[in-house]
Amino acid sequence: MNPLPLSTLIDFAYLIAIVLFILALRWLSSPATARRGVLAGEIGAALAVVATFANPEVVTYKWILIALLAGAIIGIPLGLVPMTAVPQRTALSHAFGALSAALIGIAEYYVRAPHVTKFGMTEISMEVIIGGLSFTGSLIAAGKLQEILPQRPITYRGQNIVSLSVLGAAVLLALLLIFHPGYTELFPVMVAVSLLFGVMLVTPIGGADMPTVISLLNSYVGLSAALLGFVLNNKVLIVAGALDGSSGFILSVIMCKAMNRSFINVMFGAFGQVQASAETAQETRPVHSATAEDAAAILGAASSVIIAPGYGMAVAQAQHKVRELFDVLTKRGVEVKFAIHPVAGRMPGHMNVLLAEADIPYDKLLDMEAANSEFSQADVALVIGANDVTNPAARTERGSPIYGMPILDVDKARTVMVIKRSLNPGFAGIDNPLYYLDKTLMLFGDAKTFVGDIVHELAGGNAS
Amino acid sequence: MPTHFISSIYVFVLAGFIGFEVIKQVSRLLHTPLMALTNALDAVVVVAAIIIAGRAETPLSAVLGIIAVVASFSNMVGGFLITDRMLRMFKLSKQKKS
Repeated sequence: MNPLPLSTLIDFAYLIAIVLFILALRWLSSPATARRGVLAGEIGAALAVVATFANPEVVTYKWILIALLAGAIIGIPLGLVPMTAVPQRTALSHAFGALSAALIGIAEYYVRAPHVTKFGMTEISMEVIIGGLSFTGSLIAAGKLQEILPQRPITYRGQNIVSLSVLGAAVLLALLLIFHPGYTELFPVMVAVSLLFGVMLVTPIGGADMPTVISLLNSYVGLSAALLGFVLNNKVLIVAGALDGSSGFILSVIMCKAMNRSFINVMFGAFGQVQASAETAQETRPVHSATAEDAAAILGAASSVIIAPGYGMAVAQAQHKVRELFDVLTKRGVEVKFAIHPVAGRMPGHMNVLLAEADIPYDKLLDMEAANSEFSQADVALVIGANDVTNPAARTERGSPIYGMPILDVDKARTVMVIKRSLNPGFAGIDNPLYYLDKTLMLFGDAKTFVGDIVHELAGGNAS
Repeated sequence: MPTHFISSIYVFVLAGFIGFEVIKQVSRLLHTPLMALTNALDAVVVVAAIIIAGRAETPLSAVLGIIAVVASFSNMVGGFLITDRMLRMFKLSKQKKS
């Protein structure tokens, strides 16, 4: 009996890797099994890499080993960033993923050119365009999240038409290359145009829309990897790309639903215009403000408290103080839970990770549906750094830009407390009627300091 | 149309379906680790980068392949590392009813 040929063995190794990848995602269904999923993914990835080294086509190793070492040297610090930096790290890793997919596509083109079949050229150009735009788009997103670039949407008149023309130009160049493979000098132009389109795609999008944009870029990166698998006839790439792509797509749909907006609206509808009109409609109405002492007294006397955190909590780095508040209230027998809106923060699941980092047990974290069925029984809803996701105007005011967006019903709680720097409207620039309710107490100040003061009052109250 | 295209599209469609069904079940708590993990899995493009770099058909393809190896392998290492770090932080309340 003949031993199996090496290429078959490599294919089997890839198949096992694929199965392990699927198991890895399956085990993410519960935090209890999730770490096993990471292990499965690691084994699968290692298997795929090792099997590839056995590929007889690979003739030089030295530079590859140096490159792997360099990759590890760059990757390890990126794996150790603080949790508050996870959104920009994620955007950066989208950029890296898209970059490598695009570069391989480009390399493959120049190996084949000018004898590229129509079909091969179609695959390569799709792959390179999507990879290219995801690369620069993700870099812009990372820059915005890191606040190197302004988080505000940057818009100009006729922007959408200009952007779409640029995309059109890339597609046109691809068509030219498909039908005239000899025009090889057009290929770098097509690459450059797709890179430009990525910049134009993400620049007009504001910080509050980042959860959707990151998810969408995630699915583009997956798609470019899958397309690369088509180009190279490599099934592991197709499967990994399809898994990544569908994950990004599902997350994008969840984010869009959580904002009651469509993809088109997020990509081309910039919140920017809304801001200008909403700011003028602002009026001065009386609010009830309270001190840390008042807040501590109410919280201490409550039997159930639901905390609604938002991006402001992350900005103020207040999550550890919030944990102290959680501890001191729990010790007094107050039941404390957290209500997490899907788009709170800058990426899907951002708040959960920050709170988990601060050692808040995950069984205390409620998703929006669960939280909304509990607010009416809660004594206090404490809003920390969240604004639009708690705005009751979304339920009632037809004219409001966020009308129809599902929100956390914090106003159903007996008392509402809002920790906020000032009455300035939130990111979307929309005034929040919640602040003017009789049951609402405004706690003006920095989230971290204010929560610290409340904790101090509660702890001190015990001693004296 | 090359023959392997048909088998590729089969794999793509089926993997997409599996992805959909599996990822729908992912706990809402874990959406950030999900994205980090899929990034790490997607970094398996390093396999293609190694082949392109290793074949060294042209100096250009070798150089581009090497850069792609660096970019994708850093994603693989960093992605698994941060996913595991995040997941380690998710803990249940300690059962201390007294």
